[in-house]
Amino acid sequence: MNDSLRMDRVRRFIGTLNQACELGLAVESAREGELVLRLPYSDQIVGNPDTGVIHGGAITTLMDTASGSVIMCALDDFELCPTLDLRVDYMRPAEPHRPVFARAETYKITRNIIFTRCEAFQDVGETIANCVGTFMRIGREATPKAYRDLITGGENDQS
Amino acid sequence: MTNPEILKHTQQTGDFSRMLESIPYARFIGLECDRFGDDLIFRLPRKEQNLGNPILPAIHGGVIGGFMELSAVIYLMMAQETLRMPRIIDFSLDYLRAGLDRETFAECQLTRQGNRVANVMITAWQKSRSQPIATARAHFLLED
Repeated sequence: MNDSLRMDRVRRFIGTLNQACELGLAVESAREGELVLRLPYSDQIVGNPDTGVIHGGAITTLMDTASGSVIMCALDDFELCPTLDLRVDYMRPAEPHRPVFARAETYKITRNIIFTRCEAFQDVGETIANCVGTFMRIGREATPKAYRDLITGGENDQS
Repeated sequence: MTNPEILKHTQQTGDFSRMLESIPYARFIGLECDRFGDDLIFRLPRKEQNLGNPILPAIHGGVIGGFMELSAVIYLMMAQETLRMPRIIDFSLDYLRAGLDRETFAECQLTRQGNRVANVMITAWQKSRSQPIATARAHFLLED
């Protein structure tokens, strides 16, 4: 699978997640085992109106989505993997009026579990947050074929 | 959120509408809160825009996290009568069951409060409190 197929799959997948669409999450780049998503700034997701800083919950959703979607950049077959847990460390508030990016990677894949890590950052300054997650593999067949085909776009690379 | 008048009003009346109205992210996900005596129960009504997995369908895990995190912030502000928003340090979230497309509740417990840091436990459930969909633990910084 090449990077443009990975990017297409992640785009289609994120397009099926209402909340990701609400937040305007977009794919920046995808390669084997690594994915970068972007969360645009919006007044709607501010947590502290005095400072204009966006709420940690939006960052959590960004990182959860990036960590869950990077799995598609690591496995050839599309498998939907439920999140077991997430641990987020907030290093500093995000600078208002700038997008936040999340770079996720799978750092260990076993038969049952996928381990991910993810960093949230902006185009200036230091790391906003770090996140580690674990996802459970419930198998390809746990996801209806119609949905799998929707995400893979019916590519013929299911080898 | 530093509007002391709104916080006072909320503490005196138990009516969270003005406070929640002043936090855009609370409106974005639709968070609500009710006070029963000293207890606070947070509520996330069913909302199509909050969904993630379209097959089940299920609430996006990030929204469940954001709901629990914001619940803990409001809980701490009410518990401490502080005028400042506590700043989150870390958040550790275990997903126990799929959060289905229905109303979700959360309650918080102050596990330990020090001078500068508070440790809060959050539990979220849907149909039955005895079957939580997620539990979380968070640390907050109470001062600069």
